Amino acid sequence: MHRLWPVCGDVSGYGDRGLALKMRKTETVSNRKLVKGNEAIALGAIAAGCRFYAGYPITPQNEIPEFMAGRMPAVGGTFIQAESELAAVSMVMGAAATGARAMTSSSSPGISLKQEAISYMAGSEIPCVVVNVCRSGPGLGGISASQGDYFQATRGGGHGDYRTFVLAPHSVQESYDLTMLAFDIADRYRTPVLVLSDAVLGQMKEPVYLRGYKGQEIRKPWALTGAKGRKARYLKSLYLNEGELTARNWKLFRKYRRMEKEIRYEMYLTEDAEAIVVAFGCVARILKTSIQMARRKGMRVGMFRPISLFPFPSQALAAMSNRVNRFLVCELNTGQMVEDVRLAVKPGVTVESHLCPGYIPTPNELFREIKKRYLASNP
Amino acid sequence: MKPVFKRPRSLYDVPFHYCPGCHHGIAHRLIAEAIDVLGIQERVIAVASIGCSVFLYDYFAVDVLEAPHGRAPAVGTGIRRARPESIVFTYQGDGDLAAIGLAETIHAANRGEQLAVFFVNNTVYGMTGGQMAPTTLPGQKTTTTPSGRRVIGEGAPLKMAETIAALKPPAFVARVALNNPKGILQAGKAVQKAFRIQVEGKGYAFVEFLSACPTNWKMTPCEANRHVSEALIPEFPLGIFKGDL
Repeated sequence: MHRLWPVCGDVSGYGDRGLALKMRKTETVSNRKLVKGNEAIALGAIAAGCRFYAGYPITPQNEIPEFMAGRMPAVGGTFIQAESELAAVSMVMGAAATGARAMTSSSSPGISLKQEAISYMAGSEIPCVVVNVCRSGPGLGGISASQGDYFQATRGGGHGDYRTFVLAPHSVQESYDLTMLAFDIADRYRTPVLVLSDAVLGQMKEPVYLRGYKGQEIRKPWALTGAKGRKARYLKSLYLNEGELTARNWKLFRKYRRMEKEIRYEMYLTEDAEAIVVAFGCVARILKTSIQMARRKGMRVGMFRPISLFPFPSQALAAMSNRVNRFLVCELNTGQMVEDVRLAVKPGVTVESHLCPGYIPTPNELFREIKKRYLASNP
Repeated sequence: MKPVFKRPRSLYDVPFHYCPGCHHGIAHRLIAEAIDVLGIQERVIAVASIGCSVFLYDYFAVDVLEAPHGRAPAVGTGIRRARPESIVFTYQGDGDLAAIGLAETIHAANRGEQLAVFFVNNTVYGMTGGQMAPTTLPGQKTTTTPSGRRVIGEGAPLKMAETIAALKPPAFVARVALNNPKGILQAGKAVQKAFRIQVEGKGYAFVEFLSACPTNWKMTPCEANRHVSEALIPEFPLGIFKGDL
């Protein structure tokens, strides 16, 4: 029998390659707090040593700058409400160039503006954390959750040949934990890291274990600290001399390959599954209930949840497609991650999609989609 | 024999890539001299911007960060706030500071950030080949105002020093010219003052250099120097707009 995970307040249930987030004996009520997803991100950042935050108001991420405005001065850090998203992320670029752990956050339309400096930081190899509490688009779109920024997040987003590491939480606990991890990955690879949350995760309240930061501060011999006792150094992304830019782009490419070591995903009730549903973020969370409903009806269905969206867990999906030949992708857009799933699975495997651009599906809706397809192939 | 003039320590001993008659080299030298005089070379972090001066790191023996177009004051804000012991200056042209980066320029000044902002105003986009800048003079021909800039429709020259001086927080605002020895001496004092203000923790300083771009003005260096006196200074009056030397 499969254990049916409780959905509300579920802080366990991470698969074999998930973060080690299972509840530990040392955890008590005292380090447990009821917080919003957005606050969990801010708490995680401060716990990981982030001491510089600059942002600009936009719904549904306002709790992050508001929380930082109160907390940063108390921990000796800096909070700045910038004049625009362009300025906020540029301030982060400046702070991060000195070696400080720095973060900015926004929501989809604001993230489009931040792409300018994200591209510069990718090119100059300046690490930072950028949080996107996704809302819907295009344009002003709406303020409800969406996954329409999947391509923007995983394909670089700004101009030029670069990628950012992308972490997608599906709970408030993970919003806290993955934000801390984001700082470690950013520093380890000298790269901007994107935390891709959404309106549902950002606004929802859940109990969170504030476990504190267990990562490591990383030496930054490249940081701009003033040329005292050493030669002057610079950080730049302009390469005009012949061959320099080619070498630079291949260097970044090799770095993105190395980042595959950090790939994370969750496999949920997949051991005996005959069909796999692939989802990330809040959809994955809703889907857990739908899968439990299907399991109760005797359907052997499991879920594969990419936690790192770039690098994408293609190898794990490929391995799974040796055993399972039916995949269903659920996402809040007209079909973006489904392309990565199709690229990952072996030829001949069926990859269908159930797409919800601009609304949040109920567990019942996703259950019906699973059932319809499951019964069609298991009459 | 006593040397009366030498290359500042804060400048590398390399030739500038700038065109003959360009004033960037003078502005660089004045900034480097001020850094030497104040003994702050080890603390300085410079912010290079987009334009002819993007190669700041090839000339200045200080740490340099290359900012996105127009964002230098925001980038400088981040550096200075994250590392308060540093001395931060930005070096920006008229397109960078007064067009694409106008918001960052005004807001950094209005927050009273501990920054020295050096503004090279030559009334034209130099690096991209001589297009209209926000400071282009009325009637001035550029590659994008081929029949001369019309004030209605293409805009009047933005007066940045006056605009910044109208804000409450800035501690020092000056406009100087680099087209003759007297102007250069005055400019050197203004640059030193801008750094001194930051060393003393007194906040934001802004120095606008009226500069020549003979290549894009299609003039000889001497004609360009005369043009600064005859056309630029009447439009952009020199002076200390806030604080004092």
